[in-house]
Amino acid sequence: MAHAERRHLGTKVYLTVWFWLFVLSFSAYFIDLLNLLFALKAVLLVAIALMKAGLIVAYFMHLKFEKLNLVYTILLPLILLIALAAGILPDGLSALLSVKIQM
Amino acid sequence: MKVTMQSEPQTIPLEEVLKSDWGGGKSPFAVSWGKLMMWLFILSDAFIFGSFLVGYGTLRLSSEKWPETEKVFALHLFGHEVPLLLIAIMTFVLISSSGWMALAVNAAYNRDKSRTVLFLALTCLFGLIFVGCQAYEWWKLINEGLRPWFAPEHPPFDGVKSFGACFFTLTGFHGMHVLSGVIYLAVIALRVAKGVYDRKGSYEAVEIAGLYWHFVDLVWVFIFTFFYLF
Repeated sequence: MAHAERRHLGTKVYLTVWFWLFVLSFSAYFIDLLNLLFALKAVLLVAIALMKAGLIVAYFMHLKFEKLNLVYTILLPLILLIALAAGILPDGLSALLSVKIQM
Repeated sequence: MKVTMQSEPQTIPLEEVLKSDWGGGKSPFAVSWGKLMMWLFILSDAFIFGSFLVGYGTLRLSSEKWPETEKVFALHLFGHEVPLLLIAIMTFVLISSSGWMALAVNAAYNRDKSRTVLFLALTCLFGLIFVGCQAYEWWKLINEGLRPWFAPEHPPFDGVKSFGACFFTLTGFHGMHVLSGVIYLAVIALRVAKGVYDRKGSYEAVEIAGLYWHFVDLVWVFIFTFFYLF
């Protein structure tokens, strides 16, 4: 049955993705060493991390080639993680500020 | 006077429902149950690591000082102190193992038994190197006096106790995942070598194991970024 054997990507795509993962990791490492302004460094590092994550999930984990049903089932719940971070991280900041006010 | 606001309720004909993905008799996700379950497991695991990272972020934000990771994880090499060298090596080792895994999945698609085993073995090897580096890192920091509940007063730790807690929790859970992954992949490689999947007529088990392995790599991307580089 032809439909059971799903599209495969071929070695070339994997090697290309692999190469870009190396390049992105190298750049993240050097950006860290560069003594940039913290905000700039943070934006660049998060952007690189998301690009790496995207490459791994889309190509290595094949999510790009799965049915849209599955893609949404996996990706949409991750919004809750952003909500978790948005809800809890400010707490850490307020804890720090209250310590400073007491002193 | 009577105002009728009645509009015909939109009913979807039964045939349309039955023809849809969710009407029964079809596989809405178009993947095998094994792969779907692995994806759902990965999703739940993503929440575990997400929670750890958010917890770490909160502790770090609430801490006045935080050790400079560039100094904590520096390696002395030829009389120079190279910042974060071990972590950079570990990152490249893990990405390499992920690459080998992708090639193993590719070989499994082509039902190339010997190559699948070879690439799986390389994946395991690189995974073990990663765990070895991590063990060295733990050994080094424990020797320097860092504990999950305690940090030495001297630099670079400056007595920031939550640093030890975050470090051992994050890297410990991730390292356990890598170690379990190595065992998992070794079992799969053994089964490939024994011809189990040839008899079954499907090499999908390799692909499912690959999903897990790539996820472990994915988690490291975020630990590397948020714990080590920030």
